[in-house]
Amino acid sequence: MRQPAQTAGSTPDALDVQSVRADFPILSRTVHGKPLVYLDNGASTQKPQAVIDAVRRFYEHDYANIHRAVHELSQAATEAYENARRTVQRFLRAESEQEIVFVRGTTEGINLVAGSWGRANLGPGDEVLITAMEHHSNIVPWQMLCAERGARLVVAPMDQTGALIWPEFEKRLNSRTKLLGVVHVSNALGTVNPVRRMADAAHAVGARVLVDGAQAVAHAQVDVNALGADFYVFSGHKIFGPTGVGVLWGKADLLEAMPPWQGGGDMIRSVSFEKTEYAPAPAKFEAGTPHIAGGIGLAAALDYVTALGLPAIAAWEHELVRYAHERLAEIPGLRFIGTAPRKAAVVSFVLDGIHATDAGMILDQEGIAVRAGHHCAEPVMRFFGVPGTIRASFAFYNTRDEVDALVAGVRKVQKLFA
Amino acid sequence: MNITERQQAIIAEFAALSEWEDRYRRIIEYGRDLPAMDPAHKTDKNQVKGCQSVVWLHAELKDGAVVYSGDSDAMIVRGLIALLLKVYSGATPADVLATPPDFINATGLASHLSQTRANGLAAMVKQIRLYALAFQALAGRR
Repeated sequence: MRQPAQTAGSTPDALDVQSVRADFPILSRTVHGKPLVYLDNGASTQKPQAVIDAVRRFYEHDYANIHRAVHELSQAATEAYENARRTVQRFLRAESEQEIVFVRGTTEGINLVAGSWGRANLGPGDEVLITAMEHHSNIVPWQMLCAERGARLVVAPMDQTGALIWPEFEKRLNSRTKLLGVVHVSNALGTVNPVRRMADAAHAVGARVLVDGAQAVAHAQVDVNALGADFYVFSGHKIFGPTGVGVLWGKADLLEAMPPWQGGGDMIRSVSFEKTEYAPAPAKFEAGTPHIAGGIGLAAALDYVTALGLPAIAAWEHELVRYAHERLAEIPGLRFIGTAPRKAAVVSFVLDGIHATDAGMILDQEGIAVRAGHHCAEPVMRFFGVPGTIRASFAFYNTRDEVDALVAGVRKVQKLFA
Repeated sequence: MNITERQQAIIAEFAALSEWEDRYRRIIEYGRDLPAMDPAHKTDKNQVKGCQSVVWLHAELKDGAVVYSGDSDAMIVRGLIALLLKVYSGATPADVLATPPDFINATGLASHLSQTRANGLAAMVKQIRLYALAFQALAGRR
């Protein structure tokens, strides 16, 4: 595998952004005749050559179904897929590969926990606590579960900066709280939640903790045990891997006690028409043929990120966000949405008198890809009283020049609407 | 001007603008000039699904012609509504259905405004045609 480039010299761990960019073929293309400025990494990240090659090599050389046959290809594919599981285990600092369940993505991971653990453990009068900054995918599955079980969905509010209000959060924890669902990093605001402290408080009342890591894993080292989580979910495509594959990490004893979610092949020990015995976790939760190439591509992506080094990635992105705030703050009529003290990789803002969608369309003409809209977090938009925001979300391959291009683009938007 | 002439006029107007900035500026001007929509018509029923911004389209039949009105919270989308209304409003249902929105391609707008959810152009055109179809069916039944 091609190793990502790093600079030599006094800061051996710092990223050499230009060399890293060369690993991503798509970053050299143009859009509407302008160089692509890709600042929509919160929606999805681009893929390095190493990932593209891994998926391609698998289909060209090793492809077959897994866990089934004795022939050479099936064994090679099974080994590659199970190796991918071990890569994920190491990446999350999980204790065992049995704790790694491959799913389609964050959304499916949350639905799995709601549908399996939730149905088995939630009853009338019980409560699920979430925060006001959740993505729809960490709201709707709990709403559906609560409606089915006669339970109640409780929401911990945030302040005007987009940070959790701790006393209000604590107030909502009680003996009826069965689960805390919390986003590690908010997709709409970039707020980093104090997950460890929240998890400790939730555990103190006997609740379990699910952490939505979709916007976190690509930006900082995650250690699921140090976080104090019981479940952690993320999507492959937001960490430079393929779409359609993601991970649910769950504590071994919890997964073992949970009933299966979907039935089918690969999740059974034995089947008769009278009675089926289920396989142990994680197979119990992986009915049917999975996204095998996706898992292999995801492992390549995690290897790539690990080789670059998450501390170096976090440091560079921190600098990018700082620079973006500094430059955008120079623009009159621009207001930031989400200014919490702890933030990661996201800058969200609105422009006086200009709809976010309008701004997004003009920026697109300049080759700048941002998200303009509600970011699948309508309650967050409602809280801030805006129909949507313009969101620039960064990855380690973004540059200061691209921040400058964004600033110039925003000024152009304002000129066109003046 | 009939519906075809109105469409040709728009094509000629935008052909004179060579820079995309100027074309966008003109769309924005159209958006600003779009007459206010009767708030009573801003109902859920009149919301066009499939747009990222909020879009309303309403139509009524007056003396055999379809009179459209519309609005959006986004200005470029308002401008697109204004252009569609300039072509289609006041035409008979049969003329609306017989006239595809050629100006979208001919003005070069299509290359800038992909007909996706982002601006809902395709959804708006579809809704305009649906109204005409409904009025035509209604007239046929009488």
